Amino acid sequence: MTEQTVSAMALTELPSKQSFFKPHRIVLMVIAAIFVFCVIWFMRWEWVPKYSGALAYGVGVTLLMLFATSILGFFLAVPIGLVQVTGPWPLKMLAKGFCTIIRGTPLLLQLWLLYYGLGSLFPQFPGLRSSFLWPYLREAWPYGVAALTISFAAYEGEVMRGAFAGVPPGELEAARAYGMSPFTMFRRIWLPRAVYRALPTLNGETVLQLKSTPLVATITVIDVYAVISKVRQATYLTYEPLLLLALIYLCLTAILVVAFRYFESKIPSRGA
Amino acid sequence: MADAGSLINWSLLALEPPGWGGVMLAGLWNSIQIAIGGYGLGLILGTGGAMGKLYGGPVTRDLLEVYTTLVRAVPELVLILILYYAGTDVLNQISAALGWGQVDISGLAAGIFVIGVVQGAYSTEVIRGAIKAVPAGQIEAARAYGMSPTQIMRRITLPAMLPHAIPGLSNLWLIATKDTALLAVVGFSELTLVTRQAAGSTKAYLLFFCAAGVLYLMITLVSNVLIGFIERHYRRGMTRTA
Repeated sequence: MTEQTVSAMALTELPSKQSFFKPHRIVLMVIAAIFVFCVIWFMRWEWVPKYSGALAYGVGVTLLMLFATSILGFFLAVPIGLVQVTGPWPLKMLAKGFCTIIRGTPLLLQLWLLYYGLGSLFPQFPGLRSSFLWPYLREAWPYGVAALTISFAAYEGEVMRGAFAGVPPGELEAARAYGMSPFTMFRRIWLPRAVYRALPTLNGETVLQLKSTPLVATITVIDVYAVISKVRQATYLTYEPLLLLALIYLCLTAILVVAFRYFESKIPSRGA
Repeated sequence: MADAGSLINWSLLALEPPGWGGVMLAGLWNSIQIAIGGYGLGLILGTGGAMGKLYGGPVTRDLLEVYTTLVRAVPELVLILILYYAGTDVLNQISAALGWGQVDISGLAAGIFVIGVVQGAYSTEVIRGAIKAVPAGQIEAARAYGMSPTQIMRRITLPAMLPHAIPGLSNLWLIATKDTALLAVVGFSELTLVTRQAAGSTKAYLLFFCAAGVLYLMITLVSNVLIGFIERHYRRGMTRTA
């Protein structure tokens, strides 16, 4: 049930080209075009060229955050999902508790707990201050990466649990009958089949992850949201920077959705 | 290092003013109010939106598609900022045009509005999917009995779609409780912001953030139990799916 729900809620589809142009749509598009023209003409956009470099840098940081945390989170999610299906009960309980706690509390709170809580605890250890880690621990971004990774791992671990459990047992038995070692079976059959099954949900989770990245701006990481906040403070404009920000996220989401659809079309599937 | 017992100053969580427990519970109450209000508003918007998407004219459908696509593609944090400023601005201008002067919009009402609009887009999709899962024959039979569209909706479609909608809607409720934390960014004193203030003024960051985490977790766990009851009630007579 949860898989259906997530895929129903995250935006994973774009309108198709077929039957797009209908008479009423042309009228609507004319109205939309007039609206966009008014927005461009009557609102103040002269700050955009000045900040375009900073905005590009911010988009880069946002994308870096998204991909780094999604990939790291996915590698964490695979063992979390796997031990919930086959692991011994202490590991199972541990993974389940981890998922429940992370999914049951807001990401903003986890982020602040890591940044302010752990960040205030670390300087008390003299050994840590002299270690090579210290220059990184004084920065904000490792905490942002950690919080986003943990959150993605918890949500995706739940999805992978369902995907691992849903691989038909006959396929695993066939692999065993071929004499594959457990690891070979996992690498050749179980993991690829589970990833195929989870891919549509993974798509939705990645879109949701993109929408969580602006939270790192609250702990002073300069992503695109933080750049826009700076613009708002510098220019005293309320709506224009926020509208541009919404447009940027809209484009990023659309690119993600299109890219994932391409990957999904690459997967061999039977029939439909 | 000293042992953990003396390291944690539990008296900071006391309910009376030197401790911050009472303030945090007030923040929790604010969060719950916003979550319930926003979720309710979202359900109303979602039901209307699903009706419009399924049975409305072409223009209604397209406008609703734009609404759900935009809201689901833009981060909640950005939407909350835009709606918070735009909503209060529009309301102020309307009241100024009517000659009432500036109105003071409570943070609670603004928060409910913002969360409601965001939730509305998601629940539109959930309810639309659930209505589409109702067998067409049931609705046709109702029509053959001569029921009016509102009667069909009230007697057949809404009750029949509920078992399909409950998993999605309960997920949305959990998201609503967690989305209230985002209102901390616009300065509404709900649980997360209150916790940060308490932590900042006492320097006991870990203690307060963990306490707030426990409170949020309690909301989630209690909700899960209640959702289990509701789901069992509405799934009576349905075939069990794996």
